[in-house]
Order: sequence, then structure tokens, then C-alpha cells
Amino acid sequence: MPDSPFEYAPAPESRDIANLKPAYRPFINGEFVDGAGEPLKSINPATEEVLAEVSTASKSDVDTAVKAARRAYEKSWGKMPGAERAKYIFRLARLIQERARELAVLESLDNGKPIKESRDSDIPTAAAHFFYHAGWADKLDYAGYGPDPRPLGVAGQVIPWNFPLLMLAWKIAPALATGNTVVLKPAETTPLTALVFAEICQQAELPPGVVNILPGAGDIGAELVGHPDVNKIAFTGSTEVGKLIQRTVAGTPKKLTLELGGKAANVVFDDAPLDQAVEGIVNGIFFNQGHVCCAGSRLLVQESIVDEVLAKLRYRVSTLRIGDPLDKNTDIGAINSREQLTKIQELVDSGDTEGAQRWTSPCPVPERGFFFAPTVFSDVQQSMRIAREEIFGPVLSVLTFRTPEEAVTKANNTPYGLSAGIWTEKGSRILWMANQLRAGVVWANTFNRFDPAAPFGGYQESGFGREGGRTGLEAYLDV
Amino acid sequence: MTVTSTATDTPSPLPERLADATRDETSLRRFLHGLPGVDQVGVEQRAAGLGTRSIKKAAKRWAIDTAISMVDLTTLEGADTRGKVRALAAKAKLPDPEHPDTPRVAAVCVYPDLVATAVEALQGTGIGVASVATAFPSGRSSREIKLADVKMAVDAGASEVDMVIDRGAFLEGRYGHVFEEIQAIKTACGQAHLKVILETGELATYDNARRASWLALLAGGDFIKTSTGKVSPAATLPVTHVMLQAVHDWHQVTGELRGVKPAGGIRTTKDAIKYLVAVHEVAGPQWLDPHLFRFGASSLLNDLLLQRRTQLDGHYSGPDYVTVD
Repeated sequence: MPDSPFEYAPAPESRDIANLKPAYRPFINGEFVDGAGEPLKSINPATEEVLAEVSTASKSDVDTAVKAARRAYEKSWGKMPGAERAKYIFRLARLIQERARELAVLESLDNGKPIKESRDSDIPTAAAHFFYHAGWADKLDYAGYGPDPRPLGVAGQVIPWNFPLLMLAWKIAPALATGNTVVLKPAETTPLTALVFAEICQQAELPPGVVNILPGAGDIGAELVGHPDVNKIAFTGSTEVGKLIQRTVAGTPKKLTLELGGKAANVVFDDAPLDQAVEGIVNGIFFNQGHVCCAGSRLLVQESIVDEVLAKLRYRVSTLRIGDPLDKNTDIGAINSREQLTKIQELVDSGDTEGAQRWTSPCPVPERGFFFAPTVFSDVQQSMRIAREEIFGPVLSVLTFRTPEEAVTKANNTPYGLSAGIWTEKGSRILWMANQLRAGVVWANTFNRFDPAAPFGGYQESGFGREGGRTGLEAYLDV
Repeated sequence: MTVTSTATDTPSPLPERLADATRDETSLRRFLHGLPGVDQVGVEQRAAGLGTRSIKKAAKRWAIDTAISMVDLTTLEGADTRGKVRALAAKAKLPDPEHPDTPRVAAVCVYPDLVATAVEALQGTGIGVASVATAFPSGRSSREIKLADVKMAVDAGASEVDMVIDRGAFLEGRYGHVFEEIQAIKTACGQAHLKVILETGELATYDNARRASWLALLAGGDFIKTSTGKVSPAATLPVTHVMLQAVHDWHQVTGELRGVKPAGGIRTTKDAIKYLVAVHEVAGPQWLDPHLFRFGASSLLNDLLLQRRTQLDGHYSGPDYVTVD
């Protein structure tokens, strides 16, 4: 709020902590090598400056990496007793913690997310995933999959740009714990923390070839998915690409899990704890600039309280601070790429055209970099594009309902089904709703809570398979 | 700094919904229980999150000065003497003799029998004299005695009265009783401003804290105050969030501005600044004003003074450089 005498002082994290190097290279068979692909430039979305040049993998590099992973699987990792594997994975977890500040600053530079989120959420949760899965490595025989669950072999993993290191942890930790080896392709716009993680693998003296990291664009991902010697594909990203992958994998013995888009309903009943519901709505859609596949992007409010909720919501959203991701006061950082910004803009324009009421936070927005002010659409109808398509940005669509049944019907009326939220003080209604909603995760009186022990995944076009918890291990085991 | 008018000097009829709420005991109960609940996990999370804002340099100097001007410098001991009150008044007038530009505190807060001493010592300074009344701190006495207590403080010249609510009646669900008592005391206060102490530590839940806040606002309290300082927990950030939200919502509905006073347990500048961030972001920037926000504290002032010097002199001077009264 610009007119206040109480201006918070900028408190930027020093970017030196990130140990940014001018160039990064693919990691194959335990070593950093020059990729034969076209090098790409990773840019800072908050300033549009080039952060580093990244050498990318070519198709032949994919083959080399898969071969290295196969060798490592057959010679060491796949045969290693679980207790031994656990030691390595615990070591990875501790090293992530030790280098947490460096990783957090680098993540914010490369991705544009606010430092308070990378520091307090992304990196600690990434470390937690390694700790959690390390604990499973020697207990698989007792996990309820029968006496001797077997690893699948080589896992090809493709991850998105919204939580670069966290998604890496979600993929690599269970794969390693269950005895698989990994070839992972980070997103084109955010490869840096994955390549620092490769350094951590070296530091942990992980046997060569157990983890391979190949920066590159979609074609490298496609090559990895199509490689005949890969046993398991795990993908997190857009539904569109997920469908392509499913077509490629169909008819092969490869196992597949997909974690795709979402258009989650966040349902607020008239007896909800309103102030905390408003917090939950804000956290649900504006966390990580709305670049969250399980974001609560469709707010369903009971008609009797819609004005009150909107008033409270607008006031609260107007206090959100948008700006330099490295500033500890920043609530909303930068949109990851120009391309994504254009996409958000296009969908928001469609909201205007289709007659929804647009409200944009009056907060000052930086002139340079890719930023989008928090936006709330009211009077949104089910038929509008902004109520159906995933926007993947800080844009909330507010719809209304009259009865609990209608809330369920509207919440489920989507091709997606990753997550949902329920806000009510009535416990019985929470349980009833949770049973009715077609979503992988249903949060009650909270939103966007993650834990390595809680399985996460979707229905319908949000994909299939679960990550996290005991259920998540199954995707990497022959059971 | 005197307490100037807030909305209660120009009473405007309450909106229908609120006027109806106080029609009778049943309506009052229905209204209070109809308020949205408070989710404990959510409010504590928000309070913790807002506590990490960075306040530095100019903003910190401003925050320290503002916090000083919001202090109700308080002594509420059985052993209070006129001498002690005079010492406190002297400190209120000139908190840091080496830096005479240090703002004065908002008020000095004493027991009713010491109001006259405080009034005399603070004459002409514009610093308020607040008095706890109504059988403070337990509030366990008859209406007559409570009113007499208030009358004693007001007659002696108190410009602000800090009353305690009957927590027993509140927890029994006799909201009408609590409401009437606040109204009666408000009338007895005359021109003096009424701060209503909810003693949130004894109300135990955030839902109760919210209901009690609305009850006090409906009954005409100018301020809602967390605690007497005699019960633990006293002021906490999350409960202050709930109360700030209540005055914000009250303002949205009625247009009136009412204040909040956390009291007890706020000892450091760092803590005080966290409260100011909450005031700024939950109630709104308008509340960053001693007319609408106070700290009930005795030892907080010294830490504020020390931190103020640290900002000005570039080094920390230590507790021997401020007075201990």
C-alpha cells in the first residue's frame, strides 16, 4: 500500500549465495559432460537477464545416459541392500539441507518464485522427501507388497518448471529408494537447481549412473520417453504433453504415471471460518504465482455469503506484495516466462470478453520482468473459459452455488481432478463432501499442504498414479 | 497526546442487522453465535507468516517512534505508591532525557486510587491517565461496586477507563448480562474512553475471543483489549489478529473506528513491530495511530528506547542507560 507511512524495507537475499556459474552442463554417468544439443540460456524472469548458459543433451546423449543408468542398475544400485541405499539417500537429504540457502536463492533466481516460498517451502520439503523415502529403502519387504518387491529398472522422468527442485525430489527420492536408477529431464526454463543437485549426487558419492540429469527442451523429453530401454516413465506437466506421452508409451511394457493439470474447486460454505477461508483462498491461488497444478483456481462460494467473501478477499489480496523474488517481503514473484505471461493474458482477456467481472489488485507492479498483478474474476459462470481451462497464473475465478449438492456437482464438473478444498465448520459435511468430490487430494479448512507421507495424484485429465507415501512407492515397484 | 474523538462522540444509528442483534438476550446470542468461526490452525499460521516481514532503517525508526507513542505505561501492583506513579509519570513525559525528541507515551495506566496522583503529575502534558476499574483484575463484584470503582477513577480525572468483563457470565452464555454491564460502565465513563478487557486467556478459544470482541463493540467499547496482564497467556499475536479483524469488520459495517490494545507479555521491540505489521495488514494502515492502537506494557518502553538509541547512535547501549521505574 503506497500511501502508508509504514513501508517495509527491502530485504533482498544476496544473490551471491546462489554461487551462480556462467555455464552448466548435463550430468551423465557421474560426470558433467558437454551436451551435443543446442545450448540454451536460462533467464531470470524477474529481470529478464541471462543467468547462465546451459549445455543441453542431444538424442545421442539420451541414449548414453540411459545406458549409464542401465549399467548402474545392473551392477550396483539394483542389487544393493536397501539399508545401503538408504545411507546414500539420507546423505542426499542432509546435503540438500546443508546447501538449502544456496538452493533457495538459485531457485528464486531461475524460477521467479519469492524467496520466502523457496526458503520455507520448496527446499525443506524437497529434503523431507529424501528423508522420508530413505526411511523406506530397507523396509520395502514389509510395506505390504509381498515378500520381495522388485525395482523396475531405469526410470525416465520429466518434470515441470513450477517447483523445479521439489518435483525432482518427488521423482528421484522414491525411484532411488525402491532401487531404480534415473534419467531426469528438468524443464527448459528452470534447469539450474537440478544441475546443482547433480553436484550433490557427486558430493554424496552416489555410484556413477544412478542419477543422470539431461537439460533440454521437449524433444529430449520425447526421446527419453520413447527410449526402448527405459522401464518406467514419470511425468509432471501439462495435460496436452501427458496425452502425447501416453500415446507413445501405449503398447509397450513401460509403466507410466502422469501428474497433469488441474482446475481445483475451493468450496466455501456459509458456516466457514471466513477470515481463515480467505487466507486459504489466497494461499490456494496466489501461492507460487498460481503456478501450481493443484491451485484452488475455481472458488465456489455459497450464494448467501458471496458479497462478504468477495469484500474480504479483495481487501486481503490488495495487501499482497508483488515484486523482487529475492526480497523477503515479497508475497508474489515473477511469472516464469514471457510465453506463460502471454498465455495468462490471453485467458484473462477471454474472461473480460465472456462477461466476467474483473478485479485487479491495485498493488504496484515492477516494470521490468514478467509480472502479473493478482486478479479475481467474479460473476464467473461454468460455461466460461476461465472456469474450465487451467490458467496457471495468479488469477482466481469465483462462482457461486446454493446447496451442498450443487457444490459437489459444480466442483466435479471439470475434466480435471487433482485437488479440492472444503471450508465449513461442520465436520459431517466435510466427510460427506470429501467422499463425493472426484479429486486426488481434498483439503478441509486448509489448502496447499504437502507432506512426503501423503499420496498425491489425480483423476481424469489430471493424470493417474500417486506420488508420496506408501502408495507412491508402488509406482516404482514390480508388484 | 490526548485521546480525541473516535466515533462514539457522534453516535450514529447502527445498521439494522446490528441494532437487531442487541434487541434481547436471544437475538444477541443468535448474532454472536452466527459470527463466522475462527480456525485455530489458520489464524496461527497467518500470524506466524506476517511476523516475518522485514522492518529496517527508516521504517524501523518510524515503527519504534510510533510504538512508543502507543504505549500505555502501566503499573498495576499491590505495592504501587504515589512515588512510583510520579516516577512513571516523569518517564512518560520525557522517556529519554538524552534524546528529548523521543515521542511521549499515550497514557499512564494505574489503579483508581492513584489516578489523582497521575493526573496531577501529568497536568498539561496531554498524556492520558488510564485507570483499571470494575473490580480489576477478576471483575468479581457487584454492579454497584464496579460502577463506584469507575466513578472514583473518572471523578479523580481519568481520561480512559480499562474495564474487565465478567468472564464467568460470558462463559455461562449470559451475554446480555455482559452487554448491559459494558453499556452501564460506558455511561458511567462520561467523556472518558472505555477500553474493554476481554481476558482472552480465560476465554480460551478464538471463537470466544471473536464473540467477546463483537459484544464489546456492540455495547459501545472504544477499545477492545486482550488481557489484564494477570492471566497467562496474556496478549498473543493470533488473538490480536482476531481482534484486529473484528475492528476492521466493524468499520466495514458501521464506518466507525474502534481501537485494539494488546496487553501483557509484550516486552521487546521485535515483538512490538510484529504487532504493528498485524495492525497494518489486518486492520489497515489507518489503525497505525495511538487513537486506535495501544500497547499495555511496562517494560516494553525501555526496549523501545534502547533500540531507538541503537538506530540513532549506531550501537546498543544496554539496560543501564534507561531508567527502571
